[in-house]
Amino acid sequence: MSEQRSRSEAKTDAATEVEVPKEPSMLLQKELISGHFDKLAEAHERGQKVVYTFVPGNLTELLLAFDVLPVLPEINALQAGMRKKSGAYITEAEKLGHSEDVCSYVKCDIGMARTGLGPTGKKMPPPDMLLLSYTGCFTFMKWFELLKQEFPNAEVAMLHVPYQGDGIVTAEMRDYVVKQLRTEIVPKLEKLTGKKLDEDKLKGLLERSARAEEDLVWVLESGKHHPSPIDGYFGGVFYIGPIFTAFRGTEEGEHYYKVLREEVAGRIARKEGPITPLGPLNDQRYRIVVEGPPNWTSFREFWEMFAVEGAVCVASTYTKVGGLYDFGFRHDPTRPFETLSDYCLGCYTNLNLPSRTGMIAKYVKDYQADGFIVHSVKSCNSFSAGQLLMLREIEKRTGVPGGFIESDLVDPRYFSAANVKNRLESYFQMIEQRRRGGVGAASEVSP
Amino acid sequence: MSVEAFECFVGIDLGSTTTKAVVIDAAGTILGRGITNSRSNYDLACEIARSEAFVDAQMSRLRSALEADPVLAAHAKVLGPSLERSFRHRQHLRQLATLRRSCLGLSGETEALRAALTAILDEMQVLAERMFSGLAGADAKKSEFFRDIAGAQFQKLAEGKAEPKKLPYEDIVGVFDKAILKVENEPDDLTFEGNAREALDRTLDRYGKQGVEIRAQALAALDDLLAHPPVTRCSVGTGYGRARLPFPKAQIRSEILCHGLGAHAMFPGTRTVLDIGGQDTKAIQVDGDGIVTGFQMNDRCAAGCGRYLGYIADEMNLGLHELGPLAELSTRRVRISSTCTVFAGAELRDRLALGEKREDILAGLHRAIILRAMSILARSGGVMDEFTFTGGVANNPAAVRALRDLIAENYGERRLNISPSSIFTGALGAALFALRDAQTADAAAGEAAGADTFQEAQA
Ligand code: SF4
Repeated sequence: MSEQRSRSEAKTDAATEVEVPKEPSMLLQKELISGHFDKLAEAHERGQKVVYTFVPGNLTELLLAFDVLPVLPEINALQAGMRKKSGAYITEAEKLGHSEDVCSYVKCDIGMARTGLGPTGKKMPPPDMLLLSYTGCFTFMKWFELLKQEFPNAEVAMLHVPYQGDGIVTAEMRDYVVKQLRTEIVPKLEKLTGKKLDEDKLKGLLERSARAEEDLVWVLESGKHHPSPIDGYFGGVFYIGPIFTAFRGTEEGEHYYKVLREEVAGRIARKEGPITPLGPLNDQRYRIVVEGPPNWTSFREFWEMFAVEGAVCVASTYTKVGGLYDFGFRHDPTRPFETLSDYCLGCYTNLNLPSRTGMIAKYVKDYQADGFIVHSVKSCNSFSAGQLLMLREIEKRTGVPGGFIESDLVDPRYFSAANVKNRLESYFQMIEQRRRGGVGAASEVSP
Repeated sequence: MSVEAFECFVGIDLGSTTTKAVVIDAAGTILGRGITNSRSNYDLACEIARSEAFVDAQMSRLRSALEADPVLAAHAKVLGPSLERSFRHRQHLRQLATLRRSCLGLSGETEALRAALTAILDEMQVLAERMFSGLAGADAKKSEFFRDIAGAQFQKLAEGKAEPKKLPYEDIVGVFDKAILKVENEPDDLTFEGNAREALDRTLDRYGKQGVEIRAQALAALDDLLAHPPVTRCSVGTGYGRARLPFPKAQIRSEILCHGLGAHAMFPGTRTVLDIGGQDTKAIQVDGDGIVTGFQMNDRCAAGCGRYLGYIADEMNLGLHELGPLAELSTRRVRISSTCTVFAGAELRDRLALGEKREDILAGLHRAIILRAMSILARSGGVMDEFTFTGGVANNPAAVRALRDLIAENYGERRLNISPSSIFTGALGAALFALRDAQTADAAAGEAAGADTFQEAQA
């Protein structure tokens, strides 16, 4: 049975090469990411240090200022999921004793770490340092504790980012993070690389970040157009790829967002929708805001369930896990440490429920959405706790109906296509029915 | 619309265990219902349910025609049911004949087994005559499937025929289990048009002197009805297997919408609907027009759905419909937490081994199912007034009692609606959508026509 499964998985693996539709920016993005994996494979041979760190609260500019290469374990896990390899890695981790209830990113990553390979099949260098930037999710800490067991030689540095329990960032919170950056993180990186921090280099990187962020926000906000030229969730995960990973502050990163912006501007001018797995989505029947990460193992199938109904995702919260740029934040090269602190404090994972609720309600209004869907993933306690409460509250505030679907990030056992499809279909039909005012009043018959 | 034809609208609900069809007229009145537990293929199941619903519809039209006739009205109460019985009698006999053929085909060379089967089936034939004799109390319930009626009879008779060493009970019953599938998967070509005249004749014959007096008039009423055959204007499909229905996408509606609208049609005060079907449990909130405002359903795990009770029934060697009444006898409910379908059997055996009584275990199982439904209800936004319970499990008295108790505990006073034909809720909703679709199309056509004239007037 398992043999059979891996064979069929291998088959689909080849198919993943054509799995997602290609726009020029997507090809470019793919090139960037796979180039990064290539660079990583040879990093140690070149004498370059490798630091593992998380997407939310990542300090990419700081790492790049030290010429260190970042590795993002969640990205590896989701890439493995899209390539249909995660199932086997998760099984591997469960054999090691990790419970079914542990976040599947973690298990996928641990299983993968044992192979010494990354998601593209290239060699994955062990970490020289585990830089834990702790933003909101407790699992982050446990995850790195496990990685420390896997890689006992890795240095560990921890940045503790206070949770926005009251929905605001105070000066004390910022100072606290800045202090850690100066007294803990930078000295450790200096020790690791044997170099002093070059502040001018850091400022240069932050400057480029800010320009790319400007373009990214322009692209994400283009979802306000009718028709929307982008899919701000399924397409969005590609758009955020470079800036959330190793390319913030780089020339390639900046270039990517220019190309992307031009591409989207072209679609706006031509009044075209985004390209989906089913082709261009020009006839948009439902404008939807989505909360929660996508399912990666059936990413294409999941997207198709929206596209086939003519549903376009105009905005999403997942595309903000690595930064809430559309609420005004930009990296500020004049205050490097303060800006990095603000960045970490403002990540979506670090927000409390009222802030998240307010944010989604605002998206629904600003993007003139017909509805919003909560995709609740079994893995992620940080995201999933309270989602039903949020749903009710957003419905109340906006008057548009919320939909609720459940699956997982990269554990293929938790994606029940029939169940998800059934709920989505019902949800879209519900919007349609409400729009038409029920297609005439209901006729009443006796029981 | 042709003057000759009688326009009607059909809803089909292709469920995981049964397929239901409802036929309504242009006013939204239910004319007929059909249901089958055939599961061999969706097209066939759909066809069986539809044709049954049409027979039922024609029957009810005939009843109305009789009632409307000044002379026949006085006899409608006798003729209607008797005609219906006559139809069902025929259907039963046909199914029995198929069962016999298929049992004997499966019995192999063993003489003793063949003899036992023949004897059992002969006795069932006798029972069939008695069942449809029209004597009070002897009538078979309409809601029961042939499988359940015949199964119960067969098992009882088989007990008498079995002999410990030579002819084990299991061998005899084993043949039935296979043979019944054949019966269920054979299309039923018992049409109203082809059989009504003969059935009415027979009924009138048995009606004695009065039958002679009204014969001409009754047959004329039937002929008139047959001259205006029902024509399906529009069909809408729904249910678990809806994607497999031979309908275009525009004619498919999600079961959530259909259940919401169907429940509203049955009980206009409905605000919350709970549907526990074979494969899933749904909690639906609707507004005053039956429009769905929110819903929740079970996740990929089907624990606590109707199938669970099915497993329990199999495990206890009981018919599904016997579970509830047995649980009602409980005096000391056993606490059961798991509603996992896969472990249902193991859980049950454990409890029995501990010496618990069957009825007490069953009462616990019913409560466990409803507890799970309660959590889905809570997620959907709670239980509003009025509250309508639908789906196969709504026919189960123990489930209803557990639900009533838990609603009162958690939400206070709520009016609980359960229609005796609740299993048809989804199909009814689908039929109403079919009607609305037709009305929308008519309105659009009217508007287009209106626009033309307007333009012409302008020019
Ligand atoms: S639990 Fe959620 S936020 Fe935490 S690591 Fe897993 S996916 Fe990320």
